[in-house]
Amino acid sequence: MAVLELTNISKHFGAIQAVNDVSLSIEPGQVVGLMGDNGAGKSTLVKMIAGNFRPSHGTMQMDGKDLILHKPVEARQHGIEIVHQDLALCNNLTAAANVYLGRELRRGVGPFRILDYAAMYKRAGQIFAVLKSETRPRDLVKQMSGGQRQAVAIARTMLSQAKIVLMDEPTAAISVRQVAEVLNLIRHLRDQGISVVLISHRMPDVFDVADRVIVMRRGRKVADKTIASSSPEEVTGLITGAIEQVS
Amino acid sequence: MAATLDQTIAQKQHTLLSRVFATQTFWVVIAVILACLFLSFATDSFATPKNLYNITRNITFVAIVALGMTFVIITGGIDLSVGSVLCLCSMILAVTMHAGYSIEIGIAAAIGTALIVGAFNGVLIAYLGFPPFVVTLGMLSIARSLAMVASNNTVVFQFGPDHDKLLALGGGAWLFGIANPVLYMILLALITGFVLRWTKFGRHIFAIGGNEHAATLTGVPVRQIKVAVYMISALAAGIAGIIQTGWLGAVTTNLGNGMELQVIAATVIGGANLAGGVGTAFGAIVGAALIEVIRNSLGLLGINAFWQGVFIGGAILLAVLFDRIRNFRRSD
Repeated sequence: MAVLELTNISKHFGAIQAVNDVSLSIEPGQVVGLMGDNGAGKSTLVKMIAGNFRPSHGTMQMDGKDLILHKPVEARQHGIEIVHQDLALCNNLTAAANVYLGRELRRGVGPFRILDYAAMYKRAGQIFAVLKSETRPRDLVKQMSGGQRQAVAIARTMLSQAKIVLMDEPTAAISVRQVAEVLNLIRHLRDQGISVVLISHRMPDVFDVADRVIVMRRGRKVADKTIASSSPEEVTGLITGAIEQVS
Repeated sequence: MAATLDQTIAQKQHTLLSRVFATQTFWVVIAVILACLFLSFATDSFATPKNLYNITRNITFVAIVALGMTFVIITGGIDLSVGSVLCLCSMILAVTMHAGYSIEIGIAAAIGTALIVGAFNGVLIAYLGFPPFVVTLGMLSIARSLAMVASNNTVVFQFGPDHDKLLALGGGAWLFGIANPVLYMILLALITGFVLRWTKFGRHIFAIGGNEHAATLTGVPVRQIKVAVYMISALAAGIAGIIQTGWLGAVTTNLGNGMELQVIAATVIGGANLAGGVGTAFGAIVGAALIEVIRNSLGLLGINAFWQGVFIGGAILLAVLFDRIRNFRRSD
């Protein structure tokens, strides 16, 4: 069964039709590349899944149940996590502090509760081990490489039982070696049974790591096929409009 | 392979000692100690119980306000209104007690005033997006003016039926001959240190100073916390005002004039970063101590008091210079 199912989703802002009648489904443990030119509607689509916007029409279902989101926090409660393009990290805090930002672990009784440093270091370390990333929970994020920073941002999504991780351009501004690191992180997420939606402009990344590619153009879904049955040339044609649509 | 990865993750890069040496606060402590040692040998009048009593007590007023300012500065903000708020709260306390009310009511009125002023600053900054510099600059003017209105610009030195209680509160020495203000300072510093290091609130303050956008995205209640830090800053100024009133035994509308600059200097010397994200309670105290020791020593060494500003300004620049040098080394 699909972990997330969108049916005839549309979103308009006044007269502007940002997303138009899009249906798609995401299976557990699947990596889906979401591609499209600027203004194609992919970030609007993602923001609806993340709870930033409410769809004008259509329904979203998660594990077969209707999903209605008013706030990003609610998306998180349903197991939808986002890795923002700028990673949303605080340089002056440690890796563990960043992983737990906004949901710090505490110990104590009633109102007398203090931060549980030991537990946060331990758990963050375990997550980095699962991600096979050489990231020390006690280090300041300020001193970290681009790949380690990605690991911190991704570790955040693994605190709770995430079902879907939406990644917004994770490889946009980092070095080649670090791109490989990030793609490995995505594979580790998938191996945990987590679905990943990878929003990217970079064709090689999508074809390297994704199982499926969805292409959007001018608010519509114009392709949804397995990586094996597509090619970078075809996707390029779909993005630019040289190829109208494929089923 | 897996074992080495686990080892890497578990590794602590810095020992406690190396972390202590790396802080600006540590070097300022060394500077304070060296200055005290030097003055003990160079003058007969420094290491006397009376002078030490005076120094420790003089530190407290700037230090207490600096503790509150530390919260604001860690979030990346600034509060220029503290000197005027101190004056306003002192005046509210004085006028209320002068009118015949008890000390409890007077203190409650002063604290209430501080919290309202702080909330006003905070709401303008957090919810309406005013720059902190501008809002608190405005409040600097407003609060002092209100103090003048409240007292009709007179000196208040009679505090009604609880006159003696108030003077004992600020001027007494209830424990081991340590001046009361010093005791309050130590207590408040401990609370501040605890809140910054061990509470979720403290952690979120650092997060806002480090990357406000990230704090918002991860669900930190940024606006509420910002209002809270300006309330804490005003509260600290109010508390210092109450204690100072008891110590001086009189309030003029000049009280706390220019104090905001000393307070900011103390926090910066103590290691807080005006760009946000860095600061400690201990640093605020140590910074205030260094300023006071400089001032005291100039007097004892017979140096013209007009030179005071040069030495304090020099200390600010020197403290930040050390920080810059460390950063240069790190980026190499």
